[in-house]
Amino acid sequence: MTVRIITGNEAAAWGARLARVQVVAAYPITPQSPVVETLSAWVESGEMPAELIAVESEHSAMSVCIGAATAGARAFTATSSNGLAYMTEQIWWAAGARLPLVMCVANRSLAAPWNVLNDQQDSMSVRDAGWVQLYCRDNQEVLDTVVQGYRIAERLNVPVMVCYDGFLLSHTAMPVEVPDAAAVDAFLPPRPQPLQIVDPADPRNIGPVVMADPRRDADGVLRGAYLELRAAHHEALLEALEAVPEVGEAWARATGRPGCGLVAEHRLDDAEIALVAAGSLVTQSTLVADLLREEGLPVGVLGIRCCRPFPAAAVRERLRGVRAALVLDKALSYGYAGPIATDLRAALYGTPDAPAVYGAVCGLGGRDVTPEALAEAARAALADARAGAVERPLAWIGRMAREEAR
Amino acid sequence: MDASDLIAMSKPARGEAGRTGDWRSARPVVDASACIAATQDRVTCQICWAHCPDACIEQGAPPAVDLEFCKGCGICADVCPAHAIAMVPEAEHGVCEAAEGGTR
Amino acid sequence: MTGGMVEVRWHGRGGQGAVTAAKVLAQAAYLSGWESVTAAPSFGAERRGAPVTASTRMADEPIRVLSQVTTPDVVVVLDDSLTSAVDVAAGLKPGGTVIVNTVDAEFAVPLPEGARLVRADVTGAAQAAGVVVGGQPIVNTAVLGAFAKATGLVTFEAIAEAIAGAFSGSAAERNIEAARIAYECVRE
Repeated sequence: MTVRIITGNEAAAWGARLARVQVVAAYPITPQSPVVETLSAWVESGEMPAELIAVESEHSAMSVCIGAATAGARAFTATSSNGLAYMTEQIWWAAGARLPLVMCVANRSLAAPWNVLNDQQDSMSVRDAGWVQLYCRDNQEVLDTVVQGYRIAERLNVPVMVCYDGFLLSHTAMPVEVPDAAAVDAFLPPRPQPLQIVDPADPRNIGPVVMADPRRDADGVLRGAYLELRAAHHEALLEALEAVPEVGEAWARATGRPGCGLVAEHRLDDAEIALVAAGSLVTQSTLVADLLREEGLPVGVLGIRCCRPFPAAAVRERLRGVRAALVLDKALSYGYAGPIATDLRAALYGTPDAPAVYGAVCGLGGRDVTPEALAEAARAALADARAGAVERPLAWIGRMAREEAR
Repeated sequence: MDASDLIAMSKPARGEAGRTGDWRSARPVVDASACIAATQDRVTCQICWAHCPDACIEQGAPPAVDLEFCKGCGICADVCPAHAIAMVPEAEHGVCEAAEGGTR
Repeated sequence: MTGGMVEVRWHGRGGQGAVTAAKVLAQAAYLSGWESVTAAPSFGAERRGAPVTASTRMADEPIRVLSQVTTPDVVVVLDDSLTSAVDVAAGLKPGGTVIVNTVDAEFAVPLPEGARLVRADVTGAAQAAGVVVGGQPIVNTAVLGAFAKATGLVTFEAIAEAIAGAFSGSAAERNIEAARIAYECVRE
């Protein structure tokens, strides 16, 4: 184990290198580009025996990963923002083809207007695509999650998206324990036999058109159609609710680092209000909770590491006894609510004494979310919770007041 | 409702990108005795004016550089067929006596 | 909100290497015994020559704040011409230090009361040590020597080790020599 002062992008690259990724295909986009620049340098110098394929778009990057993974290789890509949006068609294909890819998303806002800075609208917009989605709190978790991602993906035959905040993590250097290759090799053996077989002696048509209804295959076996395959996919994702924490524990045993599971919690036991977030905001929220505790305000933090599958049982359990959850979404389903707030409300619905769920949107397009602003939002939410407010309009943290604009 | 509150828009304006003259580490200095336009006393040549990416050169004999906005890129000096433009560093640097003694 | 943490804000121009300086300083701080460090650019697109900032934080406990540094303990200015365009001392903590790369021994910037101004001809140090790229002296490693001398927050040995880790062979030697010259040339 070596401690390196590295950015989130470099941590992602280290994760891919330690996972012995065999094929990397990517197209540059801020803030992801340094991931692939780093991998490219290692491939060029011979430090990483992988095939690096420069492509003409993100759509092609995912297409190459689909081809490589279909042939049995361990494949990796990374993107951000509009690159992810452009890749979307193939994101669905990779998931439906049940390919165990890992993709890093250095989270960035979507245009228009053009903006290169952080929020989580890009990955949140594809959360229904059938990938496991894991959000990282810091650079250590980026490295750890990329490696763990392959073990989860290859166990369940689903792709894993490793999301981390652009610039806040992607470009911020901090100490990261880089485990020894031998420890990672013991944790992550070479990729097991793929579901699909590519063998001229035993030809298959992989991904053919599937009819609406079940039909018999060439061997006379009755096979499910689109609906049955989708149901199986859903069930595989639900299995991730067990696989993600188990793999986290196995990683802890292999590297001696604390395991990371579906959620992270901080001082929730006697909390009246919980700050709920995903990504680097979880780290900063723990600082805010500690500061508010010094003021005598019982604040805790629930970090959502695994957004898909959504850890409904875990959040119900962890939020028991809390008056209200203030969800800090860095994305919005326009015309409704933040994605994590929506999921949390659904998870808590019908639970006896369920906490109120207050939605807040913050950080869009890189707007700085300061500890002070978070503390202020938490104080207001606690006051509302104590007054018994069940619902509140969406709060915009840090939004310029109309009178300031003139 | 003001459309600029609904969509992102900007318009071309002097200094829209800020006072870009602050970016400069070297400034273009025109030698009028070599400048083709200046020696002919007519607004000829103007190749520097045409190439300036920041449009901060005004036509003339010689052309005039607006140092408030010139970033010091040096393209004008590079394209001048008469080599009449020199890029002059904004500051001269040296080493103090303490450091001249060798390793610490 | 940041007890026990030192926050450094870098002011430079796109292309001067403020981000690399911030990162190498973080490495040096870690080697000097600080438990946790972070280094970050000012977020967003950078343009060559445009004023940019970067930050380094060092603390004896895990750093949990990721927003930009607004109340620095130390400000480092890679180019004295920036002080006419940018309020480099903005938000400086009481008793804070501003380090300016300047040839002018009398160089002054408006400072809050009790703040320290430290000057060094870091460009001269880089030039003398041969840290020159495309004819331009590169000041981002030399300035680390001035930082070590002016603040005592990191050792010169840690600076040299961090530079050696960031560059190879003769480039490392030249950069360390530039830092040494700047270390010697610091003037209050």
